[in-house]
Formats: sequence, structure tokens, C-alpha cells
Amino acid sequence: MDWQTLATQLFPGGHAIVERDNFLSGSAQVGGQPIDVIGTTGHVPIGIEIALAQATAILNTVQQHPGRPILILVDTQGQRLRHRDEMLGINSYMAHLGKCVDLARRKGHAVIGLVYDQALSGGFITSGLIASACYALPQATIRVMGLPAMARITKVPEERLTELARDNPVFAPGPENYLRMGGLHGIWGEGTGGDLARELARALAECTPDDRRMALGLERGGRLLAQPVADAVRTGSDVRPA
Amino acid sequence: MSYLELTARQRIPAIFDAGSFEEFLPPSKRIASPHLAQLDSPVSFDDGVVVGRGKLGGHTVFGAAQEGAFMGGAVGEVHGAKLAGMLRRAIDERAYAVLLLLESGGVRLHEANAGLIAVSEVMRAMLDVRAAGIPVVAVVGGSNGCFGGMGIAARCANTVIMSEEGRLAMSGPEVIETASGVEEFDSRDRALVWRTTGGKHRYLLGDCQVLVADDTDAFRGAALDAIAALKSGEVGLTLEGLLAEQDLLARRLRDAEGVNEPMELWRRLGIPEPASVPMLEAGAFLELAQQHRARLHTGEQ
Repeated sequence: MDWQTLATQLFPGGHAIVERDNFLSGSAQVGGQPIDVIGTTGHVPIGIEIALAQATAILNTVQQHPGRPILILVDTQGQRLRHRDEMLGINSYMAHLGKCVDLARRKGHAVIGLVYDQALSGGFITSGLIASACYALPQATIRVMGLPAMARITKVPEERLTELARDNPVFAPGPENYLRMGGLHGIWGEGTGGDLARELARALAECTPDDRRMALGLERGGRLLAQPVADAVRTGSDVRPA
Repeated sequence: MSYLELTARQRIPAIFDAGSFEEFLPPSKRIASPHLAQLDSPVSFDDGVVVGRGKLGGHTVFGAAQEGAFMGGAVGEVHGAKLAGMLRRAIDERAYAVLLLLESGGVRLHEANAGLIAVSEVMRAMLDVRAAGIPVVAVVGGSNGCFGGMGIAARCANTVIMSEEGRLAMSGPEVIETASGVEEFDSRDRALVWRTTGGKHRYLLGDCQVLVADDTDAFRGAALDAIAALKSGEVGLTLEGLLAEQDLLARRLRDAEGVNEPMELWRRLGIPEPASVPMLEAGAFLELAQQHRARLHTGEQ
């Protein structure tokens, strides 16, 4: 879905979101209350400039509109794979973005991520995945890496990975798998006949600051060991099988 | 003793007070990755990470060490959950500090989706520790470096300590060469790889705050000093701190306009003979770097 169509559906009352070089920013209203929006479009690779632009926008909201909710719209093919980005410390720019999101949350801003097209790996980990809650549209693609590249690196034949991806949420791209593992809080539009405005209002109302993703992954059966292992380490007990 | 080639289990007693470290969920519990067997990959009974609690200079410091020899230290479901569990326990037990001995290629592709979520949980847990007023210090000095999501996680710590031999970045040179061609990044050009990701470069740019020689005593001393310095200030994220970081990162972009070679960046920082930097001994390098390295402008400016 292109971002304008998405914005129209999210904000039927209108919005003031603008695009500049695949970077989205602006504001809109949900239930009569203002919300700030940042994000990316055109599957743009996240390089140092666009990571910094998103971080700057978040700190602007923290400074100018204390407590105002923030929606992060995710569409990226992943981190930019260039020597120059690495030379200049792209990991520091990504971490900076993640820390700005984290600060906003701690200062009382609800921060919601929405994967509306593609989300890959490094472009996703310090945006949607560090928000208070992350959602996706049903047709979104979410993955770490394509199966052919994964086959090359892991030395596992691609046919085998494709076969495993059919019923194992760990390998397969797609929002249902991230939902089962707790990486997504929900997929929007299925229970509301595509009413994205209502989904957003509900997500804002349900938003909590604590990280419950391991528990969700256990409840939904997609990530059975993370919560028991973390609990065993935390309490000094043995891992109890799920 | 060199830190670079030690295993995770050798690093722990070399850095923490002798005999003080208690491991949580040790290998005898045999908690391995549930995802590797179906790929016919061997498992490890600690899933490539040691987590626990020990003493450092007499204080109770929680810690972890990633094992680079097992799948490059990459983070899978269990590995990540052990880190997150240790970090949460550090808050429960009001740790004096947390010390992370990082060596990782990032997300473990064999359990890709679970690994990606796990790394983001580790980042959030590290920031929770900081918000609880507990300093988090990361050490990067292993032969596999610190890449991918863990390269980002390292920069969520209060302080990053590196050796010259340590490497800190996001996408590895091989990944960039595969994606964008050898003319973009020649991964076999070791000198270029080092100039781009190595400890001296990171220290000059301000991505690591302490640079030490590749020596376990030097790392231990630097960790003690870093924690002592952090205990007297605010360790949680603050608006002022992040604005200062934003300023540093924005200045770096401006200063690097049109630059594609790290030595040219060093020259722009004011280093008179950038080509000599790789050859300098630690002491001479630090003396030179003190005058020129990029810094955060905080508070008093």
C-alpha cells in the first residue's frame, strides 16, 4: 500500500504528513487528539541520514509536544549496505534512533510501529521493534533476509529452508509468523473489516510501556523457549518446559 | 594476557575478581537452541553465551560473555533470552553495574526471526537497566568483532571499551561486498576493513569512549574506571544526552561530506599525518587522539 492511501485510511479526517526523499513526517489526529507521525516509504534502505532524520523528528516531538503519541510507519528493504555508512558508524545512528524512541516511551509518549509494506532486519530493529507495540498490515513482508541469501550463509540448501519455512515461524517471512512469535502485537484490518483508524485508536488505548513480547510468543506458541529461559535466569531456577 | 583470542569462559575469570563469578543456567542444565537440530547444525549447551553475577573490584557486577567460536557469537532465541533474563535480574537485585563482553555477528540466521526479536529485547532490557540507575559497560575486543544487531546494542551501553584489534560496525565487509560489489568494499583488504571498523577509528569518531591495548588487565582496569566514573552521574537516557549525541552524529555527517576514505576523515579531525595512525603504539596514539577525537558536547556548552 502506498503511504498516501495508508494515511487516508488511518486518518479519515485528514493529515499533515509530508514526504521528503522517502522520509515521512508530520502530524494528524486520532479521536480528536493530535498524533505525530514519522516513517519511511519506497522500501528505502535505512542509511545514516534517514536514521538521523527519524531520530531528530522524535526528539522534536519530545521537546515540543510532551506526551503526544507517535506512530512510526515502516517500509524499508533494511539497513543500507554501503562502505561509507559503515565507516561513519551506521550502528551508532541506528542505536541513536532506538534510544530516542526509548526516551520518548519513558517520558510517557505512546509509540506505535506499523509495518505497512516491507520490514527487514536492521532497518526494523530500532524502529518498529523498539516501539511500545508494533503492528502490521496483512499483506506486509517482514524478514531478516531472503531465503536464497540465508541458504548461502547458513550453508543449508534453499529447498530445505523453503520446506521448513512452511510451518516454522522462525524462517518464514510474513506478519503471521512475527505475530506468533510475539514480535508483532497484532495484524490490522482483519477483525475490523479494514478500519485502520479504529485499529490505531485501539492500539493507542491498549499501549503499555513494558516489553511483553516473550510472553506473547509463548501464549501464541511461536516462541516457546524465550520466556521460560529468561525466567529461569532471572529467578535462578530451572527451565520449565512450556 | 591477550584478550583477543580467549574464549568467553576464559575471559570471565580474567576480567571479574578471581573465583567470584556465578553462572546462571550453566551448561550442565543443557538448555540449547531448539532450532538448530532441524538444520543439522551442532548445538551448544550454553547456546554461545555465559551469563551471571560476579564481583568486580569487590562490587556485585552482573555480566555476560558471548562465545565467538560458536556460530560467531550470533544471537538466537535462547542466547538472547539468557541475556535479557540476566539484565532483568540485574535490576531485581540492584546490581552495581552490568558488564557485557560482546563478540557477535548479530542475529543468528539459523533462527532468523526469533533472533531478530531477541536482539531488540536485549536492547530494550539494556535501556531498562540504565533507567534503573545501573551503569552498562560493553567491551569489544574479540576476534569476531561486534556486528549486526549487537553492533547496535553495544551503542546502547553507557560506555564502549575497545582494543585496537576490536571491530565494531553493523553489516560485515563480506555482506557489503556480496550485496554491492567488490569495488564498494573489498572484504579482503584487511587494512581497509580495519580503518573502517577498528578500535582506533571508532575511538577517533567517538563511537567508543575508551581504547586499551589488547590485554586482559587493561580491559579489566578500564571497566573498573568506566564504572567508577559512571556511578557519580546520570546513567539513564536523558533528553540532554541524546541531543548531544544527535549533535555529534550530525557534525560527523557534515564533516564527512564527500569523504569515502577513513584516513581523510582523520585528516579532517586535524590529525596531521593520518597515514601514520595505523602504525602508532597505543600510548602514542592516545596522546595524539586526545587532541583531535570527536566528543559529545554536553551540559556546559
